Amino acid sequence: MTKLEFPGSALTTDQWEQIGRLATSLSQEQAIWISGYFAGLSHQARAGTISADVLEQLAPPSRSVPGEAPATRLLTVLFGSETGNSRALAKSLAEEARAKGIQVQLADMADYKTRRLKDEQDLFVIASTHGEGDAPQTAVGFFEFLESRKAPKLPQLRYAVLALGDSTYERYCEAGKRIDRRLEELGAQRLVDRVDCDVDYEDAAAAWMTASVAKLAPAAQKSTSVAASVAGAQSDAPAAPAFDKKHPFQAAVIDNIVLTGRGSSKETRHIELSLADSGLTYQPGDALGVMPRNDPTLVAALLERLGLSADASVTVKQNATTLGEALAGAFEITALTPRFLDHWAEITGTAELQALRGADHAEARAAFQHNHHILDVVSKFPARGIDAAQFVAGLRPLQPRLYSIASSLAAAPEEAHLTVSTVRYALHDLPRTGVASGYLAARAEADATVPVYIQANDHFHLPDDDVPILMVGAGTGVAPYRAFMQEREVRGASGRSWLFFGERNFRSDFLYQVEWQELLKNGVLSRLDLAFSRDAAPKTYVQDRLRRQGRDVYAWLEEGAYLYVCGDAAHMAPDVHAALTDIIVEHGGLDREGASAYLSTLQRDRRYRLDVY
Amino acid sequence: MDVKTQPDRSRDVSQPLDKLGPDETLKANSDYLRGTIKQSLVDDVTAAVTASDAKLMKFFGIYQQDDRDIRDERRRQKLEAAFSFMARVRLPGGVCSPSQWLKLDALGRAYGGDTLRLTTRQTFQLHRIMKHDLRAVIQGLREVLLDTKAACGDDTRGVMCTVNPNLSKLHAEVYALAKRASDHAVHRTGAYGEIWYGAERQETDGPEEPFYGRTYMPRKFKIGFAIPPSNDIDVYSQDLGLIAIARRGKLRGFNVAIGGGLGRTDQAPKTYPRLASVIGYVDADKLFPVIDAVMSVQRDYGDRLDRLHARFKYTIDDKGLDWIKAEIERRLGCALAPAQPYSFTSNGDPLGWTKGEDGREHCTLFIQNGRIVNTPERATMDGLRAIAGIHKGTFRITPNQSLIISDIAPEDRPAIEALMREYGLDEFETRSALRLNSMACVALPTCGLAMAESERYLPDLVTKIEAILDTHGLTDEPITIRMTGCPNGCARPYIAEIGLTGRAPGKYNLYLGGGFHGQRLNKMYLENVGEDAILEALDKTLGHYARDRKPGERFGDFTIRAGYVAEVKEGRFFND
Ligand code: SRM
Ligand SMILES: Cc1cc2nc3c(=O)[nH]c(=O)nc-3n(C[C@H](O)[C@H](O)[C@H](O)COP(=O)(O)OP(=O)(O)OC[C@H]3O[C@@H](n4cnc5c(N)ncnc54)[C@H](O)[C@@H]3O)c2cc1C
Ligand SMILES: Cc1cc2nc3c(=O)[nH]c(=O)nc-3n(C[C@H](O)[C@H](O)[C@H](O)COP(=O)(O)O)c2cc1C
Ligand code: SF4
Repeated sequence: MTKLEFPGSALTTDQWEQIGRLATSLSQEQAIWISGYFAGLSHQARAGTISADVLEQLAPPSRSVPGEAPATRLLTVLFGSETGNSRALAKSLAEEARAKGIQVQLADMADYKTRRLKDEQDLFVIASTHGEGDAPQTAVGFFEFLESRKAPKLPQLRYAVLALGDSTYERYCEAGKRIDRRLEELGAQRLVDRVDCDVDYEDAAAAWMTASVAKLAPAAQKSTSVAASVAGAQSDAPAAPAFDKKHPFQAAVIDNIVLTGRGSSKETRHIELSLADSGLTYQPGDALGVMPRNDPTLVAALLERLGLSADASVTVKQNATTLGEALAGAFEITALTPRFLDHWAEITGTAELQALRGADHAEARAAFQHNHHILDVVSKFPARGIDAAQFVAGLRPLQPRLYSIASSLAAAPEEAHLTVSTVRYALHDLPRTGVASGYLAARAEADATVPVYIQANDHFHLPDDDVPILMVGAGTGVAPYRAFMQEREVRGASGRSWLFFGERNFRSDFLYQVEWQELLKNGVLSRLDLAFSRDAAPKTYVQDRLRRQGRDVYAWLEEGAYLYVCGDAAHMAPDVHAALTDIIVEHGGLDREGASAYLSTLQRDRRYRLDVY
Repeated sequence: MDVKTQPDRSRDVSQPLDKLGPDETLKANSDYLRGTIKQSLVDDVTAAVTASDAKLMKFFGIYQQDDRDIRDERRRQKLEAAFSFMARVRLPGGVCSPSQWLKLDALGRAYGGDTLRLTTRQTFQLHRIMKHDLRAVIQGLREVLLDTKAACGDDTRGVMCTVNPNLSKLHAEVYALAKRASDHAVHRTGAYGEIWYGAERQETDGPEEPFYGRTYMPRKFKIGFAIPPSNDIDVYSQDLGLIAIARRGKLRGFNVAIGGGLGRTDQAPKTYPRLASVIGYVDADKLFPVIDAVMSVQRDYGDRLDRLHARFKYTIDDKGLDWIKAEIERRLGCALAPAQPYSFTSNGDPLGWTKGEDGREHCTLFIQNGRIVNTPERATMDGLRAIAGIHKGTFRITPNQSLIISDIAPEDRPAIEALMREYGLDEFETRSALRLNSMACVALPTCGLAMAESERYLPDLVTKIEAILDTHGLTDEPITIRMTGCPNGCARPYIAEIGLTGRAPGKYNLYLGGGFHGQRLNKMYLENVGEDAILEALDKTLGHYARDRKPGERFGDFTIRAGYVAEVKEGRFFND
């Protein structure tokens, strides 16, 4: 390879001579490799995450010489997120640290190279909990490694953990707790105590971040080019729209119809919302956040039990408002939280409630939480003469609910369609409805407006048009697949598609039946397998249909198909996973371990994607 | 027209398929009705079958339908229509055994929406059967030696036979022939056994359909046997009507009547109901040759281009009755004898108990519109199941959708009567004669062709008319009233003294002047009117009838004499 002309001010003369010397000594291949390497390096830098392979190359041989410490300490902010909260927090944490001149890398557990762990110096982890106390889908691989025997001892590591969760769940912030516990076991040093955040995590998280960053700041060195280049972190994230979770868009309801036919044991609705003039865009697979309002009759019932007036004034987030409005639009007033239990125990001083407090009563508390709503507690243990402020002090802010978007902008411009199953059940002989699904069922009639925002769902998007896709969904789990098919139809995508759909009864619960029939006819949908559990004994579910088609399912996977699973997290997802394992054992000639390895690889390659709730 | 000179053959089976209607191609290419029915039955993405399979399945007595009450609602819910199937049993002469009844009852409860329907052609229909239950139903029928062959489709429909219980011997003789006629004329394709019983396909030596060929008949073809003096089967509405001629209670032969048919289409003057023309007499031993001759003439000359013009009645009026008669005689190899004298007195049912000449007892029950179902007022379905449980004789379904518990030994009568009382099945005595002579077709919600209510509406309308009858003292006057939900005429409305055919929800044509024993078509008196106009017209005409009728004069005859409607002498002039 020949020497180049001096390019000018981009490099120092010294650097230039080094390169010159290097260039002459390089073979063709080496030269190509190096150019690729530098390209990769700068790309990674721009992308804001330094992946392990690059790092390992960054580290010169000399570095592994024992005793020799690296020039500066490097902070890695590692997040595990499913619905984006932890990711967002991690980003601002990275910013905050960088502002303090700390050298930072932002990393997602989804593609974090676990080999790196042993070289980490400072590690701040932000992780949410999903399923039943599980790690976020995309982080499962990381958790497996960390909790396995393969995990290295980490004496040199300093760390801090922020756990996101929801206190109405029995296993509150479990994922974060697991990481915190495990890092300690591996010999790492806890810099700051773990903080568990409820769904109103903003303030608690902010405090934790400041505290954690403060611990490092003194040690901070001058920032390096790598750290600096992290500035444009997360370039893959779309430009932030005018409307977001904090500032939802008032979407007009275009249509709201019941999809389930007469005699159905369920009520599932199709709701069409207008995004006109919002500038909001989304991709098939994304979700819509809906900010509900509480049921007015429930608000009235609460006020009546509390003996408080709707007009009583309270302040919410520094704003004065009426109690009636606050209960309707600002706070969760159904499900019970430990926070409210403690609060009410103190106010009423009831022994029975006192007995539920503290870590060692977690189980009893969970059981109590499950069959008592706030209304029930307030009725059962009345508090004489409490005022509005006292009451709301025990409540947490009303949370938006997420719904998979069931339409594609390509097919329905400026619209977002939802498939919502109304949560109805009875507690203490009183009919109860889910806050958001009940709100959408009862009060989202045509022309009303619903506050919404887009919740990107990067790990559940469509692959290239020519890639075959397997879609498994029960109940409202088909929602994103309707979006997928609309998108692929408009794009004239060539890839095959195969839907496995399950519900209770063919006659009443075959959601979007005529649309699937049409898609089959015109070939956009290649195959459709159905499981209606209540039509015939023995009950059949999607996983049974998968097994029955095992050979073809395996063939599709071998041909590079992407596998999507959406819907019920508690039963369907695990059952489907088990079925897939059996299929791979039977048709892939692997043992169980090999099969689950096969699936983990699919998951790591982002070809096995879940969106379960 | 002279026999030798060939008539116009541009629209019949002699033409290549591409010159005929699409249904002819469908039949010809269906491999003797197999089509893709087997595949359609296992397609679990839809509760329906393909459009062409739906047509072919009619030949097996099965109609695809949907619940029209919720059709629109489901469309909005993005759900396909609530498809289900109606299965019509082949039951010549309407005679069935108690064990057959019990099986039908069980099938109706298991797969047919807890109901059975007695039809105007003396058989059962099961409604609301799901696609995946069809085989179970048809195999269940097979267990009691019943099938649904040719109960619909372009072939010979259910063969009717007067139920007249009094003339036991004669009935037995004629009924036996009706049954044989049905077995003789039914299609032979192995498709039925393959599709519904899962039988292996057999290689047939010779053609699979010796008589019909690949394209079957141009349209449905109906055969009925009448035993005077009862014309309960409305012999003049049959494509081929056979009027039993007996001497001293012994069957000798039949007068042959051809070209009956009632179906018509509104605003299509070329379509009209037509009463059969009596063309002669044959001895009983010539019966089957005559059936073959008549059917083959329609098979070969019937219109296969336009299904609205494909029934035998139009073939006859196009080619001329004389030419058709000559062609029949040519194929028969001999001339028909002149028609023998006979006379009918009514086309209704003699309700209640009668004793046959053989001393056996029979009880005719009034089943409103043939609907067998349990209602809060009356557990008809349970009651009849109980009776079938102890009955040793037979059941006979009447052409007026009613039911005869037949051949009861005198000593068994009390037990049956007790059950009738227990289940309130004996209340027919208390009803008006008009109601007892009323018939309504099925119509909504199952019938795909219905334009208005019929079965679900006529009972209420009759209640309102009964008030009028009371004021005019006509409550016990037998008057025939028949309603259909569309002009197709399934309840034979065009030969009723009061006929009502649906035009739109709540709107009907009102016809007056039909012959009491089915001998004369009625004539449209009011077109496309609602209930008020109907009641007003009936109040006027019935009131006038009550005042000015001659002794023994029938309401139908009176409306013509009084000039409310003109007499229709021939179907061709029905629309004039
Ligand atoms: C059940 C029954 C009426 C009843 O309430 O009992 C009936 C019911 C139907 N008839 Fe009929 N017809 C019934 C006796 C008749 C009669 C009376 C008779 O045959 O004595 C007629 C008039 C005589 C005639 O054929 O001309 C009759 C003339 C029709 C027509 C008109 C035929 C024509 O030539 O224009 C149709 C429509 C068609 O065939 O295109 C029809 C069609 C139908 C269908 C199958 C509608 C369809 O084609 O989709 C109806 C099913 C409704 C349902 O949900 O059950 N049905 N149909 C009768 C069953 C008889 C049987 O057991 O086979
Ligand atoms: C990414 C994502 C996508 C989603 N997509 C969809 C979608 O497409 N369609 C859809 O319908 N939903 C979807 N969901 C679920 C949705 O977000 C809401 O969780 C759901 O609608 C219930 O919310 P709610 O406010 O109506 O009920 P809530 O008021 O939140 O009540 C739900 C809670 O009620 C309690 N509960 C329920 N039944 C009983 C019982 N029998 N006894 C006692 N307590 C009970 C439980 O604590 C349960 O958690 C999705 C969720 C996620 C995370
Ligand atoms: C389907 C689902 C299941 C959840 N399960 C739990 C749980 O078991 N325990 C818990 O503490 N929080 C649970 N959460 C609450 C989330 O952890 C909480 O919403 C968090 O803010 C999500 O953060 P993320 O957007 O970074 O994933 C669950 C949330 C969802 C949507
Ligand atoms: S007359 Fe019309 S509405 Fe009534 S059953 Fe026949 S086809 Fe249906």
